Amino acid sequence: MTRITLETKVLSENDRIAADLRARFRQHGVLCLNFISSPGAGKTLLLERTLAGFAPTDRVAVLTGDIQTDNDATRLARAGFPVRQITTGGTCHLDARMIDRALADWRLEDLDLLLIENVGNLVCPASYDLGEAAKIVVLSVTEGEDKPLKYPTTFFKSSLLVLNKIDLLPYVPFQLEAAKENARRVHPDMEMVEVSCTSGEGMDTWRDWLSRRRKAAQSTAA
Amino acid sequence: MHELGIANSVLTAVRTEMRRHPGAIPLKVGVRVGELAGVNPDALEFSFLSIISGTPWERLKLDIQTKTREHRCSSCRATFPVIDYRVACPLCGSSQTECVSGDELEVAYLELEES
Repeated sequence: MTRITLETKVLSENDRIAADLRARFRQHGVLCLNFISSPGAGKTLLLERTLAGFAPTDRVAVLTGDIQTDNDATRLARAGFPVRQITTGGTCHLDARMIDRALADWRLEDLDLLLIENVGNLVCPASYDLGEAAKIVVLSVTEGEDKPLKYPTTFFKSSLLVLNKIDLLPYVPFQLEAAKENARRVHPDMEMVEVSCTSGEGMDTWRDWLSRRRKAAQSTAA
Repeated sequence: MHELGIANSVLTAVRTEMRRHPGAIPLKVGVRVGELAGVNPDALEFSFLSIISGTPWERLKLDIQTKTREHRCSSCRATFPVIDYRVACPLCGSSQTECVSGDELEVAYLELEES
């Protein structure tokens, strides 16, 4: 019997494609963000409201992943920016190859912001690097405030926590401070913004975060 | 439930390695799964058994080694286990620590019978 030491990453093929995508994004000064949440936390509406705040000349595009339907792409395309639906046909997450394929005929030199809406799922997307500059996790106040403790990997790997639907706080038992404390337990220096996509509250803080990251991405472009 | 895809990637790694050992019989593959990897070991084992069942790989054993989370302190360089998500250094109190173990998802080894 022979034992061969391999020490290879199980997702080495995904990581290789993701590293290639990340290098291309950096080369063209494109800020790529990967939005993760459970189904129904409000990723699509957050993106719709975010797109609505851009000027028509802004160089923005969206990839949106779902297991079935192109409903989200139809909603997002109303803003007038390039949008492409990735229908995974059963797969519960996006992987780097899907992103690579979806971008095939888009010119990265024409973009400086690429927003990727992952499949609604707080578990599997955390394992797949898409070449993004940052993961953003969206948690809505109609969920449990212990979600960061139940899904620590996603919250640990995400740079920003968007606490969404805060207009509903008076009507739900959600403890905002407890949720933030739970997020800090798994990720002590996690950045957080509180927003309501329906009332618009907090959206300026989110847009400020986004424009800071866009400026940083452009200044480090090769 | 992405463990099926993970199981498939493990089998792909085994196939790739076996091409270098013509005529050998693969016995066991070792996979290292960190607690932060987002992979459930039971689901991975179930998926792996499902995809090899009824195939020439049917007798291949899967050895899953789970790894707990360890961080290293950037100030005092101590390495410590992260228990209950506490990532601050228990020795010097610094919150600047980095993950050194616990996010692995690796094929560690392959055991085979050479012909």
